[in-house]
Amino acid sequence: MKILVCISHVPDTTSKINFTDNDTKFDTNGVQFVINPYDEFSLTRAMWFKEKQGASVTVVNVGGAETEPTLRKALAIGADDAIRVNAVPTDGMLVAKELAEVVKNGGYDLVLAGKESADYNGQMVPGMLASLLDFNFVNGCVGLEVEGTSATLEREIDGGEEKVSSTLPLVVAGQKGIVEEKDLRIPNMRGIMMARKKPLNVVEPTSSSAATSTQSFEKPAPKGDVKLVDNVDDLINLLHNEAKAI
Amino acid sequence: MSVLVFADSSEGKFKKTAYEVVSYGKKVAEQLGTNVVALTVNGGDASELYTYGAEKVVEVKNDLTSFNAKGYAAIIKQVAEAQSANVVVIDSSVDGLTVAPLVAVGLEAGYASNVVEAPSSTNPFVVKRKAFSNKGFNNTEILTDKKVIGVAKNSYGAHENPVSGTSEAFDASLPELGVSSVSIDKATGKVTIADADVVVSAGRGLKGPENWGMVEELADVLGAATACSKPVSDLGWRPHSEHVGQTGKPVASNLYIAIGISGAIQHLAGVNASKVKVVINNDPEAPFFKAADYGIVGDAFEVVPQLIEKLKAFKQS
Repeated sequence: MKILVCISHVPDTTSKINFTDNDTKFDTNGVQFVINPYDEFSLTRAMWFKEKQGASVTVVNVGGAETEPTLRKALAIGADDAIRVNAVPTDGMLVAKELAEVVKNGGYDLVLAGKESADYNGQMVPGMLASLLDFNFVNGCVGLEVEGTSATLEREIDGGEEKVSSTLPLVVAGQKGIVEEKDLRIPNMRGIMMARKKPLNVVEPTSSSAATSTQSFEKPAPKGDVKLVDNVDDLINLLHNEAKAI
Repeated sequence: MSVLVFADSSEGKFKKTAYEVVSYGKKVAEQLGTNVVALTVNGGDASELYTYGAEKVVEVKNDLTSFNAKGYAAIIKQVAEAQSANVVVIDSSVDGLTVAPLVAVGLEAGYASNVVEAPSSTNPFVVKRKAFSNKGFNNTEILTDKKVIGVAKNSYGAHENPVSGTSEAFDASLPELGVSSVSIDKATGKVTIADADVVVSAGRGLKGPENWGMVEELADVLGAATACSKPVSDLGWRPHSEHVGQTGKPVASNLYIAIGISGAIQHLAGVNASKVKVVINNDPEAPFFKAADYGIVGDAFEVVPQLIEKLKAFKQS
C-alpha cells in the first residue's frame, strides 16, 4: 500500500494572530510553525500501517521553502520521503489541484489528511482532492483499518458515529480518534538524524489557478470585560434580561 | 439564475442549520435580484422552509437512508444545474462540510467555508469567513462564476420570512456510491453539541466522574448538551465525544457554561464562537474569566446546585 499524507504547515496553537501590510497578510513575526495537529493524527495512523502492514508513507506539502522544517519533522516521525510542491497555497482549490497531480504521478492508494488546518479551518482540501481524483472520501474519520483493498472506517456524524466501508483508492480526512493523543510521537534524536538523509523532492506546480482570493483580514472586535457576580440570582437575571441567552 | 440552498435533514427532520441556510440563501437572492430554491433529500415538510423564505422547494426522495458524500454531491450538482443556480449555499453540519468541497469541484465553483455574514458585496463577490480558530476573519472574494458558500453555524442565524412557496419532486440519478454505511451509533433523546443552543461543560475542577450528576441536571434544566474539557476525556471521566476544544468538537452555541475549566488556549479556540460565555471557577486567576462574558468566582459544588434550583424556579415562573 502506498500512502500519501498531506501536511499543512500552520502556526502553533498558542500563536498570537496578527495581520500586516494593511491587514492583507498574516503576520508570521515570532510565530512558530508546526505540523497541523489534525494532520499529525493522520500521519501517526499512517506510521502504524507502515510498521504493521509494510506500507510506504510519503508526506506532501504545497508551500514555499519555509515549510521544509515541518516536512523534515514528519520525516523524523517516520515518513519515508517528502514532496514539496513549490507554490504559494493561496486557496483550497489550488492546493487540491496540485495535490491531485502528486497523487496521480505517485500512484497512491490511500491519501490521508487532517479534517481541517488549524490556521484557515477551511475543511476544503481533502474533499476537493477526492472529487478531483474521483476517489472515495471519508470525512471526520475517527477509526481506520485497511485489509488489502478494502477499508473499514468510523466517522463522526452529528450526535454520534457511523461505521462505513470503502474500497481503495480512498481519501480520508482524519481527526483525534484515528489515533489517540497519547499515540502521537515526538521525534527522537535517531529519527531527526535519519530525516536529514531522507529524500525531500521539490516539484514545480502545474498552472492551477485559485478560485478565491483573500482581500483582507480582520481581528474580532475587542471583548468587553467579564462581569463578575457573586450570586446565582444576579447571573440568571443578567442571562435573561441582558444577554437574552435564557 | 437562482440561489440554491441545500437544507440538510436527519431521519426526515430538518436540522436547525437548514433554517439558517435558507435564511442566508434568501438574503443572497435578494442581493442578486433572484429567487431562492431549497433542496431537500428525504427531508421534512417543505412548508417549514417556506417559513424562512424558500419560494421553491425541490424534493428528492430516494433510497439513500443516510448521508453519502458522492451521492449527495451528485444530487446537489444536478439540481443546481436544473435550477441554473449560480450560488449554492450549504450548512456547516458534518454532512454539509463533507459534501460542499465535492459540489465545488463538480460545479467548477469557488468555495468559501465558515462564512459568518451575508456577502458584503456581490460584484466583486466578497464574504466574511472566520479563521484562525475564531481569532481572525478573512474577507474572501470568490472569483468564479459559480459559487459555493458554506455558512458557519449560529452566525447568520435563522430569520422567519414567510412566503407562499411551491414544491416539486426531482428525480436525481445516483453515481456509484463508493462508501457504504455499515451501522450508525447515535445517542437518542440527547441534545447534541452540534445542535444545542446551550452547552454545559465541565472540567477537572469537578474532581471525578462521580460528580457529573449536577452537570447533567443543569443541562436538563436548560435543555442543553453536556460537554467536557480535554483532560476530563483523556482521564476517561467522560466519553471523547463530549470533548470540546481545538482537537475536540467545536462549539458555536448561544450560551456556553464552563464549570471548573481553567480555559487553556486550546479549549478557548474551540468554544469562543459561542455567543455568551459563563464561567464558574473557584480560581479568580483562571484564564477563562478573561474570555468570558459573565463569571462567578466560587466553588462549583456550591454554585451549581444553587443555579439548578433557581433556574428551575425561573423556568416555572
